[in-house]
Amino acid sequence: MHDKELLSELYRQIYTIRLFETRCIKLYRQGLIRGYFHPYLGEEAIAVGVCSALNDDDYIVSTHRGHGHCIAWGAELNRMVAELLGKQTGYCGGRGGSMHIADVRAGNLGANGIVGAGIPMGVGAALGSSIREDGKVTAIFFSDGAANNGVFAEAMNLAAIWNLPTILVLENNHYAVSTPIEQLCRTKNLADRAAGYGVENHIVDGNDVLQVYAQAKDAADRCRNGKGPVLLECNTYRHQGHHVNDPGDYMPKDKLEYYRGEKDPLRIARQYLIDQAGATEEEVVTIESEVEAALDQAVLFAEESKEPDVNEFLQEVKNN
Amino acid sequence: MSPAEQSADNGREIMYREALNEALREEMTRDSDVFCIGVGIGQRGGSYKVTAGLLDEFGPKRVIDAPISEASFTGAAVGAAITGLRPVAEILFIDFSLLVLDQIVNQAAKHRFMTGGVGRAPMVLRTQGGVGNGLAAQHSQSLEAMYYHIPGLKLVMPSTPYDAKGLLTAAIRDDDPVVFLEHKLLYMTKGHVPADRYIVELGHADVKREGKDITLIAWSNMVPRSLAAAEKLSAEGIEVEVIDPRTLVPLDKETILASVRKTSRVVIVQEAIRRGGVGSDIASIIQQEAFDYLDSPIEVLAGKNTAIPFNLALEKVCVPQEPDIIDVVRQTVGAV
Repeated sequence: MHDKELLSELYRQIYTIRLFETRCIKLYRQGLIRGYFHPYLGEEAIAVGVCSALNDDDYIVSTHRGHGHCIAWGAELNRMVAELLGKQTGYCGGRGGSMHIADVRAGNLGANGIVGAGIPMGVGAALGSSIREDGKVTAIFFSDGAANNGVFAEAMNLAAIWNLPTILVLENNHYAVSTPIEQLCRTKNLADRAAGYGVENHIVDGNDVLQVYAQAKDAADRCRNGKGPVLLECNTYRHQGHHVNDPGDYMPKDKLEYYRGEKDPLRIARQYLIDQAGATEEEVVTIESEVEAALDQAVLFAEESKEPDVNEFLQEVKNN
Repeated sequence: MSPAEQSADNGREIMYREALNEALREEMTRDSDVFCIGVGIGQRGGSYKVTAGLLDEFGPKRVIDAPISEASFTGAAVGAAITGLRPVAEILFIDFSLLVLDQIVNQAAKHRFMTGGVGRAPMVLRTQGGVGNGLAAQHSQSLEAMYYHIPGLKLVMPSTPYDAKGLLTAAIRDDDPVVFLEHKLLYMTKGHVPADRYIVELGHADVKREGKDITLIAWSNMVPRSLAAAEKLSAEGIEVEVIDPRTLVPLDKETILASVRKTSRVVIVQEAIRRGGVGSDIASIIQQEAFDYLDSPIEVLAGKNTAIPFNLALEKVCVPQEPDIIDVVRQTVGAV
């Protein structure tokens, strides 16, 4: 029997991300959100499992598919939606948008529009912790696509030779934009690459929030005991194409069905809450209703928020 | 600095590389968040000995010998900076800094901006450029224009030991990313550097030599070369005012424009190639803001639009030499 409070919280967060993405895609379709939007649908258990295993004063580094990481890290929904709408009240005052949401004061060092770029930056945050001996851990989220970028190899090596307190969270969603990982990597598991750098590594079912949580907790402990880094290859699958305007025709229907059904991280987490923590259907629905209300409120807040002031912006950049 | 102040420390003279070393040592002593990272900077003390002795004094956690993984150790510096440390990352040659452009241009330069003004990336990227003696096409470039072009970066190019120390101190204390470009031919040059701590604030040009006839703007290794030319021209009765911007971003336009208003003639001397260069941009600023004061076209004496060749005679004609500077000044002063 797992702790009911923990399972409720894990489920609440997964449900929040699911609903956030679903609602915001609607706003996108209505033309209220512009630019690129890379949904985290189907991968929610990874962000939630990892972030729940960390301390509040630790660091995370996110990606272009980053809404889930931010929410799992505790971002305010109001400011999240507002940023996606480019409003002044958003996390970046409308300067960042979906691909650049950050809350550095809270230890969320930011999403990133450049695939792989966050890996060395996260290693740097961990290097800082090692210099300051502050006991913090940095979780670096990145994808199978980024694992084929040179900085992945370089940065993993830096983390290894300096024993840095960092968890390299490889979210293997099996596509680099649209190309299947099998075409881009000869070994069966990307985690094998970590072994070549002397880095402790584990393969995790990324759709099973309890598995992710347990492995991340373990990895964080190792990091805090000076035994970092650790790489976790979390296997998962997107519920859609690369971004909202990518129909994802290259994704086999049966696979999509499997991952949206039986392997859906939301479904798995909901079942855990009922089976393992003894929650009633009513209790689960209460959580869901609370999240829905919070999102309604966030969308309202964002829609009613002001646009950034153009003249103020021009003043800001005048003397650059 | 007044002569009285100079005499207080007996006009202590040290080399440019020693001045940089002092700045690093002093700032690392003052602030435990400052650390250095780069290839061969610890045990070896750096290719040009700028970090000599720091490993013994501050230990391997703060003087870090990195693998030859420029993109990632620079990225690590960016990551450390945004969590509050003050890294000084060293890239051996500016040519290799092309490997770190994503981290500098896409990450460090834009971090404060993209976070809506909340984040900071207080780091220094130290590297060196310019021709040496036969180092050829991939170890001799002057690439300041590339960094000059990027909003969010500050750009420093000291020409003297005094400026090197004071500006590096200011760069380390600055809350924004600073690209700090040294010149390989300046490391062994000597000059007065006070024993006490001081800062040369970013964004303040220095009038290296006063003159009434023509304004010559130069930076980095073109400054001593221009000063030598100015001495010879003085013997001919041409008094050249030599302005060293010291920091190209922010650029001290006021000092430049004040000099132009006084002399009415301008020569800009840069080692980098002419096309898309900083000199052209400064010329454009001057013509826009002081057009009525100009008595002749602004001359930009720049490097040739070519990669740097290995052969010494060929290398020499690629960048402005003292006789070239003398010629262009004579022509500009004589122009109607």
